[in-house]
Amino acid sequence: MTSVQSAPDIAPYRFPHRHLLGIEGLSPTEITAILDLADAYVAQNRRPDKKSDVLRGRTIINLFFENSTRTQTSFELAGKRLGGDVLNMAVSTSSIKKGETMIDTAMTLNAMHPDVLVVRHPDAGAVQLLSEKVTSAVINAGDGRHEHPTQALLDALTILRRRGRLENLTVAICGDIMHSRVARSNMHLLSTMGARVRVVAPRTLLPAEIDRFGVEVYHDMREGLTDCDIVMMLRLQTERMRGTFVPSIREYFHFFGLDREKLSYAKDDAFVMHPGPMNRGVEIDSELADDIDRSVIRDQVEMGVAIRMACLDILTRSDIPN
Amino acid sequence: MTKRTAYMNARLLDPANGLDQIGNLLVEDGKIVDLGPEIFIGSPPTAEQIIDCAGHCLSPGLFDIRVQVREPGEEHKESIASASQAAAAGGVTAMCCLPNTEPVIDDVSVIEFIARRAREMKSVKLFCYGTLTRRLEGRELTEMALLSETGALAFTDGIKTLRDPLVLRRALSYARTFDILIVQHPEEESLVDDGVMNEGEVATRLGLAGIPSIAEVLIVERDLRILSLTGGRYHAAHLSTAAAIDAVRKAKHDGLNVTCDTAPHYFALNETAVGDYRTFAKVSPPLRSEADRRAVVEGLADGTIDVIASDHAPHDEDSKRLPFAQAEFGIIGLETLLPLTLELYHNGDLSLLDALAKITSAPADLLRRPFGRLQKGAPADLLLFDPNKPRQIDENTFRSKSKNSPFDKRPVQGCVIRTVVEGRTVYSVEA
Repeated sequence: MTSVQSAPDIAPYRFPHRHLLGIEGLSPTEITAILDLADAYVAQNRRPDKKSDVLRGRTIINLFFENSTRTQTSFELAGKRLGGDVLNMAVSTSSIKKGETMIDTAMTLNAMHPDVLVVRHPDAGAVQLLSEKVTSAVINAGDGRHEHPTQALLDALTILRRRGRLENLTVAICGDIMHSRVARSNMHLLSTMGARVRVVAPRTLLPAEIDRFGVEVYHDMREGLTDCDIVMMLRLQTERMRGTFVPSIREYFHFFGLDREKLSYAKDDAFVMHPGPMNRGVEIDSELADDIDRSVIRDQVEMGVAIRMACLDILTRSDIPN
Repeated sequence: MTKRTAYMNARLLDPANGLDQIGNLLVEDGKIVDLGPEIFIGSPPTAEQIIDCAGHCLSPGLFDIRVQVREPGEEHKESIASASQAAAAGGVTAMCCLPNTEPVIDDVSVIEFIARRAREMKSVKLFCYGTLTRRLEGRELTEMALLSETGALAFTDGIKTLRDPLVLRRALSYARTFDILIVQHPEEESLVDDGVMNEGEVATRLGLAGIPSIAEVLIVERDLRILSLTGGRYHAAHLSTAAAIDAVRKAKHDGLNVTCDTAPHYFALNETAVGDYRTFAKVSPPLRSEADRRAVVEGLADGTIDVIASDHAPHDEDSKRLPFAQAEFGIIGLETLLPLTLELYHNGDLSLLDALAKITSAPADLLRRPFGRLQKGAPADLLLFDPNKPRQIDENTFRSKSKNSPFDKRPVQGCVIRTVVEGRTVYSVEA
């Protein structure tokens, strides 16, 4: 009798990409395959024995050029629960500036034959650039303001498990859309899967020609939240709060912070999501964030591990050459 | 002992005089002494060297007025020697380099250094701009008149915008005293902020910070207001937006003494060339929208844009093989100036002579040089080329030390056969 379990029993599926660099360009079938596999991993993660041997002998390197606690931990746990060897490497951007380039670092790690590199970088496009130089599969754990695909996938899984579907739901993404990779990945994923997406933000926090993404644009929280199924709040970097994006935290919270009164415009059973870490009292009312009837923030964290297990699994099964 | 070279059976193209005729051309002691369909008829040329042009085009050599040679200071990216070779291979017989070297060209001694290096090279003609303000700081004017006497052809802060309206007012006024040309890189820096490409849907999709197109017209319009107060000669470099070109068009109509240029990438590419974060397409000002690109073509066709300059900005691999936001701005252009300019002709936007004028006589007139035309007594700075030959641009053939061109693999028409400076062949396709 062995305590090691094998992969969840899903129909054999071959993911047609070498890397997971973004949601843009993924088909509904590909997204659904990841979500289905992750759904099975949720069950595994709730058992007393959470370990399987799907990635036994495989090496996963978390290469983070930007500070992260929760995403890195989530990927680490995902790799370990699948029986893989996980190494965390935090590279501060300052040491990059000292001489070794990002590509040098990637080439060094590549020579150690990892199977998956999980990469976060403060610059848009950096993870793609890196993926062109290495032989392993690469997962984008966030590149600048471009994409954060596993966050959008875990958000989708959270919604799916609550509502049973994604299509025809109305999702309002609120806050700092301009600087948010989470917003971009979610806009791509939700519209690909047939949801209606709204963005709600002051004009200074919306990027140019956002309407070309097929989303409805609102500048008023109450209008934007009216009859929504889901309210997705984004983190606002506090350094952007004082200056030319937003005059002050007080003013921002008054007009764009989520509280019960603004939430009352959404559907009665609407729930609230946040990618974390939260700025309580900046973009979201503290007590509302903790209300387990309305806020699914803790679910999101749980789904995150399952999604990352699914992504590691599906990419290591793929035999597409680089 | 005089040395004579006869160029036989050439299609003589002289944009300045509208000449487009099969004929011959005679060079003696580095100068054009005669040309036309009639010379040598009945009497074969008595020249030491006879070159059969086989019906190919013989035009004035190109004058590229916006080149960064990186010497002194950044010789690992380009040097006067490598830039001269690149120029010769591109049909460029004279270039004017920006003063943002290290040290900057704000002193007579640096101009003398560059002139000496160019003389040693015995290749293409090399001129330079002086900086408009000391150390490019935008505050105190340089010794414009003295630098001008030493050889600086005009004054500019290079890739930096002169921001302060008071300094610009004084610069234009003072320069007017000596009939000196002021060249501006027009871009409102505060609007550029941390932007790295044109603002719009493409930038938003890529998650890159955008540079709004009004950053350009804001400075152009402001400068034209100041120019209308001071008088003098003002030139806006590398215009990339419809709005800025419109502003210049109106100002010219109103009689202001303004000129402008653009670079080939602004009429040959648009913002989609950035594609998947191609840093070779990162340039300042950024590649713009398709509507702006068409406005650049329109501005060239109607004469609003006087000159095409390559804006040659060499960068080594370490400066470009980086995440997009960290990569340097700039595209090399000496070796692609001719075929890309010829695209305007092949696309039917400009006649062959009008397209050639933008890179020969117009820049020579702007910087008041005696070349850029085929006429008796002019220096024999010549370009022999085939305007139609199809080929693919290949970065492996570049003489430039740097390879940062977004045009690698682009199919083009036209190639240089021979480049001649003051009668000396500095490049020949057979060599």
